[in-house]
Amino acid sequence: MGPDPLAAHYREDFPILNQKVGGFPLIYLDNAASTQHPNCVIDEVARYYREDHANVHRGIHALSSRATKLYENARARVARFLGAASAESIIFTRGTTEGINLVASSWGAAHLGPGDIILITEMEHHANLIPWQIAARRTGASLQYLPVTGDEGTIDWSLLERRLQTDRIQLLAFTHISNSLGCINPVQEICAAARRHGTVTLVDAAQSAGHAPIDVRELDCDFLVFSGHKCCGPTGIGVLYGNPTLLADMQPYQFGGEMISRVTYESADWKPGPHRFEAGTPHIAGAVGLSVALDYLDTIGRTAIQANDHHLGQLAYETLSSLPGIRILGPKTERAGLVSFQLGTIHAHDLVAYADQFGIAMRGGHHCNQPLMRKLGLQATARASFYFYNTEREIDRLAEVLRAAIQYFGV
Amino acid sequence: MEIDELYQTIILDHSKRPRNFGELPPPAGKGEGYNPSCGDEVVVFVSQAPPGTIEHIRFTGQACAICMASTSLMTTQLKGKTVDDALRLKQTFVDFLTQDAAPAAGLGNLQALGGVRKFPQRLKCATLGWHALEGALKNVSA
Repeated sequence: MGPDPLAAHYREDFPILNQKVGGFPLIYLDNAASTQHPNCVIDEVARYYREDHANVHRGIHALSSRATKLYENARARVARFLGAASAESIIFTRGTTEGINLVASSWGAAHLGPGDIILITEMEHHANLIPWQIAARRTGASLQYLPVTGDEGTIDWSLLERRLQTDRIQLLAFTHISNSLGCINPVQEICAAARRHGTVTLVDAAQSAGHAPIDVRELDCDFLVFSGHKCCGPTGIGVLYGNPTLLADMQPYQFGGEMISRVTYESADWKPGPHRFEAGTPHIAGAVGLSVALDYLDTIGRTAIQANDHHLGQLAYETLSSLPGIRILGPKTERAGLVSFQLGTIHAHDLVAYADQFGIAMRGGHHCNQPLMRKLGLQATARASFYFYNTEREIDRLAEVLRAAIQYFGV
Repeated sequence: MEIDELYQTIILDHSKRPRNFGELPPPAGKGEGYNPSCGDEVVVFVSQAPPGTIEHIRFTGQACAICMASTSLMTTQLKGKTVDDALRLKQTFVDFLTQDAAPAAGLGNLQALGGVRKFPQRLKCATLGWHALEGALKNVSA
C-alpha cells in the first residue's frame, strides 16, 4: 500500500478541500477544532430541507412524520455508533459543551453536596472544567484535579485507584484524547477503577468519537459526550450518552415544549426517555446529517482512521522535531493525530498568520486550556491536527513553511 | 506577499527589541490589556508631571509581534504629550486601522501597522496596548 491510503480513497469526497487560499492549495490542519464535510452529508442535509422538513413529534401530516422518523432513526444510528444498548440512552444536544453542562447541572444538582469531590484532570478543555467549577460552587462539593506531569502531559493514572479508595469522589470526568497534548487516556481502565468504587464517570469524547472505535458498554462509562462537527457532521448537533439507570432519575435541564407530557397552569409532567432532555424544537437537519456522517465513518472504519491518525501524528511529531527551537507538547509515542507546539520565540498568532499566507490552516491560541498552558509555562501554542483526508505531503509542506517562518521572524 | 504588509521591518524590529520595556513604580498609573483569544497580556505604566502631561511611559507583557510592536511604537510617541493628545492619538490610530479613508496625519511610525486593515482578526492585537494606556492614564494614584 502506498502512502496516504485513506486520503487516496476519500479526500475527493470533500469539496471544500479542493480550493486555493492565497494562491496555494488549501492544507486544512485545524481538524481538532472542526472537521470538514463529505458530499454525502452536505447532500443529505440539503435533501432533507428540500423534501422532508417539518417539526418533529407533533404533526400528524406526512412531512412531520417523515422528519420524526429521520430524527429518531438518527438517534438509533448514534446508539449503534456508540455500542449503546438502546436509543433511549442517546440525547441530542448542541454539542459536547451542552452535554457536559446538562450532566453537571441535572445529575450534579441531585447527587453532589458538601463533602463530595468532583475529580477531573488538569488537561481538561474549558468545556469539561468550568461546568464543574459552577456545579461545585452551587452544591458545596469540592473540585479537585489529577495532575499533569511535565511537557509529556501524561497523567499518572496509578494515583487514581488510591484516590478513589480514600476520598468521597462522586464523579470522575476526563477527556479521552487531549485537544492540546495529543495524548490518549486509557478510558476502559479508568472507568473500571471508578466502577469498583462506585464513582460515576463522564468521558469527553469530542476528540475521539470520530477518530477511534468507541463502545460504551465495553468502556463501561456512565456518560459520554461528543460533537457532530468534529466527526464530519454538522455544527450545532452533539450527543450525550447516559447510563439508562442514571438518566431515569435525572431531572430535565431545560423546560418548554417537546419535553412535557401533561401541562396545567400550575404544573407539568415530563416525557420519559431522552425527549425529557430535549426541550424545544431540536436541530433535526443536524441529527440527519450526523447520522449520514456516522455511516460514512463506519464505511471507512474507525480502526483504520485511528491507525491513520496515529501514523500522521507520529510523522508530524518526528518531522517537526527537527526544527530548531521547537517544543512539542505531549507524549513522544502513542500519539493521537495532532501536534501542538511552540516554535522558538515566535508567538502562535504570528506563526498561524504566516502559515495562512501559504494556504495552511492551523489553530493558534490556548486551545481552551488556559490553566494547562499556564502550568506548562506557555501562553499559546500553534496546533496542527489531522484527519483521514490529510496527507504525508501536507506534513512535509507544513515543516517547510515553519522553517521559512523561523527565517522570516528571525529567531 | 500580503503578509509583508503586516510584518513590516519596523514591526519585526520593535517586536524583537521593544522600546521602553519595563515597569514604572507607583505613583505611576498602571493599565492592563488582556486578549482572551490568545492569552496575550500587556501592562502599560504612565507617570504624569505636571499632572495632565506624560512624563514617562513604559510597558511589560508577552504578546504577538503586532501587539508588541504597536505598544512599543506607542510609547515612543507619547513622552511629553498631554493626556488629551494621547487619547486623541489613540482615536486617530484606531480610526486609521478601521476606516478606509481615515487620515494618517500625526501617526508617524505607527502607520507601519496599516497592514492590519487587511487582517481584521488582528485588530485586537494592534490595539491591546492602547486600551491598557487608557487604563494607565485613568489609574494615577494620588
